[in-house]
Amino acid sequence: MPSESEKSGAETTALEGAVVSPGTGPGGSEFAIVEADSGARQGGGPWAIAWRRLRRNHFALFALGVFLLIVVCCLLAPVWANQVAHTGPNQTHTLEKLHEGGEVKEVVEPSGKAIGPQFFAAGGKFFLGADGHLGRDEMVRLLYGGRSSLFIGIVAAIITTILAVVFGLLSGFYGGWTDTVISRAMDVIWAFPVVLLAIALGIVLAVGGLEIGPIHLKSSSLWIPTLIIGIVYTPYMARPLRGEILAFREKEFIEAAVAQGAGPSRIMFLEILPNLMSTIIVFFTLNIANNMLLEAVLSYLGAGVQPPSSSWGTMISEGFEALYSQPLLTIIPGTAILLTVLSVNVFGDGLRDALDPKSKVRFEARAGSSDPEAIGPV
Amino acid sequence: MLRFLVRRVLGAIAVLFAISVLVFLIFNVVPATNPAQRIAGKNATPQLIKNVEKEWGFDKSLPEQYWTQMKLIFTGEVKSYNAHINVDERIVEGIPATASLCIGAAIIWLAFGFLFGYLSAVRSGGWLDRGLTVLALIGISMPVFWLASILLYYFTYKIELFPPSGYEPLSDPGKWFSHLILPWISLAVLFAGFYSRVLRSSMLDVMNEDYVRTARAKGLSQRRVMVKHVLRNSLIPVITLFGLDFGVLIGGGAIVTESLFNIEGVGLFTAEALKQQDFPSIMAVTLFGAFFIVLFNILVDIGYAYLDPRIRLGASAA
Repeated sequence: MPSESEKSGAETTALEGAVVSPGTGPGGSEFAIVEADSGARQGGGPWAIAWRRLRRNHFALFALGVFLLIVVCCLLAPVWANQVAHTGPNQTHTLEKLHEGGEVKEVVEPSGKAIGPQFFAAGGKFFLGADGHLGRDEMVRLLYGGRSSLFIGIVAAIITTILAVVFGLLSGFYGGWTDTVISRAMDVIWAFPVVLLAIALGIVLAVGGLEIGPIHLKSSSLWIPTLIIGIVYTPYMARPLRGEILAFREKEFIEAAVAQGAGPSRIMFLEILPNLMSTIIVFFTLNIANNMLLEAVLSYLGAGVQPPSSSWGTMISEGFEALYSQPLLTIIPGTAILLTVLSVNVFGDGLRDALDPKSKVRFEARAGSSDPEAIGPV
Repeated sequence: MLRFLVRRVLGAIAVLFAISVLVFLIFNVVPATNPAQRIAGKNATPQLIKNVEKEWGFDKSLPEQYWTQMKLIFTGEVKSYNAHINVDERIVEGIPATASLCIGAAIIWLAFGFLFGYLSAVRSGGWLDRGLTVLALIGISMPVFWLASILLYYFTYKIELFPPSGYEPLSDPGKWFSHLILPWISLAVLFAGFYSRVLRSSMLDVMNEDYVRTARAKGLSQRRVMVKHVLRNSLIPVITLFGLDFGVLIGGGAIVTESLFNIEGVGLFTAEALKQQDFPSIMAVTLFGAFFIVLFNILVDIGYAYLDPRIRLGASAA
């Protein structure tokens, strides 16, 4: 008797594990049973288990810390600008002079060479020097530029996620012609060089702005690159999600929900969606990194954030013109992108290990990046 | 095999058609500025603009304009709006530079991707694996500008080891090589990092398969098991990625690398066309690029069947 109750107890746990477990899929049930077992010992559901696993990954947590620190610094940009540097991101100081101790330094020399990093020598003014012949404060521009870059990276990732989940659910769940139409449309974007599509859209919209129905976006609006990036990456997330949904559709718990009389929206959003959460979270995180790199590419080619607004991409593009006289103007914003993207990637990697030990998402998460260039290099 | 090819080629043509329509719509229905005005110049009189409209066919209906455009591209007579150069000829001229860049970079990234991926998988969990993982993540996260700027600044300016930039034809191999080495490295780093990660996790998955245990049980050496059984079966995800990546690059996708290093290939031409919103050039370049993406997708599927006899081409889903 006791053996039987034990057995049924284990089964229930395993079943729960299979339903809610992050990363249930083909082969996921094995993991669910193992984890349910340890979960029973330590308490907590699959999310708690994932959290415990993540907490042990100090490297990933450190990366999250770095990323949050960068976000906080960029949010505090106005504080630095007003309280420390006493200037704005677009304010020029071409003819000004700095008094440091007994020395007087010109912000921009007559030759056009701007002042280098002063750190706190001038009380925080020109902490990282000035940018080229306009003599704008590099540190202030870096902080404000970070706000644009982070905004685009995060908001575009939200847009991609929402679109991908909706399209993935519709095509994976309904199948038939809905699936055919959505999948074919995705194929077209898939075969379209992502960077090229994004640049083409970016350039057209950067000149004319966007006016569709009630939406009016000025050509300098940050929302234009954000929308473009959000849309062009959608197929790379929707495709793998659709694949997972197709696999779920055959599972018993969906059959059970149908037998209970659940309608399509309840099945999609309450039964399938929770099972996709771990995949979505991992994609979302890595998507932020890819978006920030694509923003830099777009801005570099003049199809992203429009001057005089700064973003890390526009700063690199402006700095590159003076690469040999002032390499720091390229290296500083480039390093900012590298650090941010690296911290997101390291954290995303740790998140994936914690949520999805079977490493199902591993390739797909960056298969999107198959656009080589989009992802980064180009 | 034949049925597979016919179906894939028809599918490819449909995708290319859809892409050309999409590009056409982007530049004609979301009108930024009147193309006729751009050709005529800033201070053009209304009459001049009218004449240009007539000459270039902007007064025709959209489907008609689309048809003319396509006919020009495929007969090799398409002219750019701005410099009035022959676009198709310009793309063909750019192919050697783009191919040199992409093939060289691909050799570097495959060599390092395989080496690092193999070593991390074989030593998974050890310090070598951890170190290589960090390196790979840095490579993946590096913006190409950043690496390219540092390489350019240090190697061509500070220590003047390599010539600044530009492309030299292969007829002088020494010059060709010294001009391309920095672009190769910049382009290859991201891919090397990414491929080593993909190969590592793919190998780790395969290592848990039964046939690997069987191979070990038969008494095969570790190296033979890893190379013949594990590595070969881990290649599929890498091949998929390589097909997609290489297709994009060879079709002119290395836009940033080519413009940073001033390599006069298809990518640099694309960048210029985009900056000037030169619609005929953009259309031609996009079709050129999409053609390679579609072509390499088909080659990847054929590669699968070769690597894994269990995959049959006829049966694979479209």
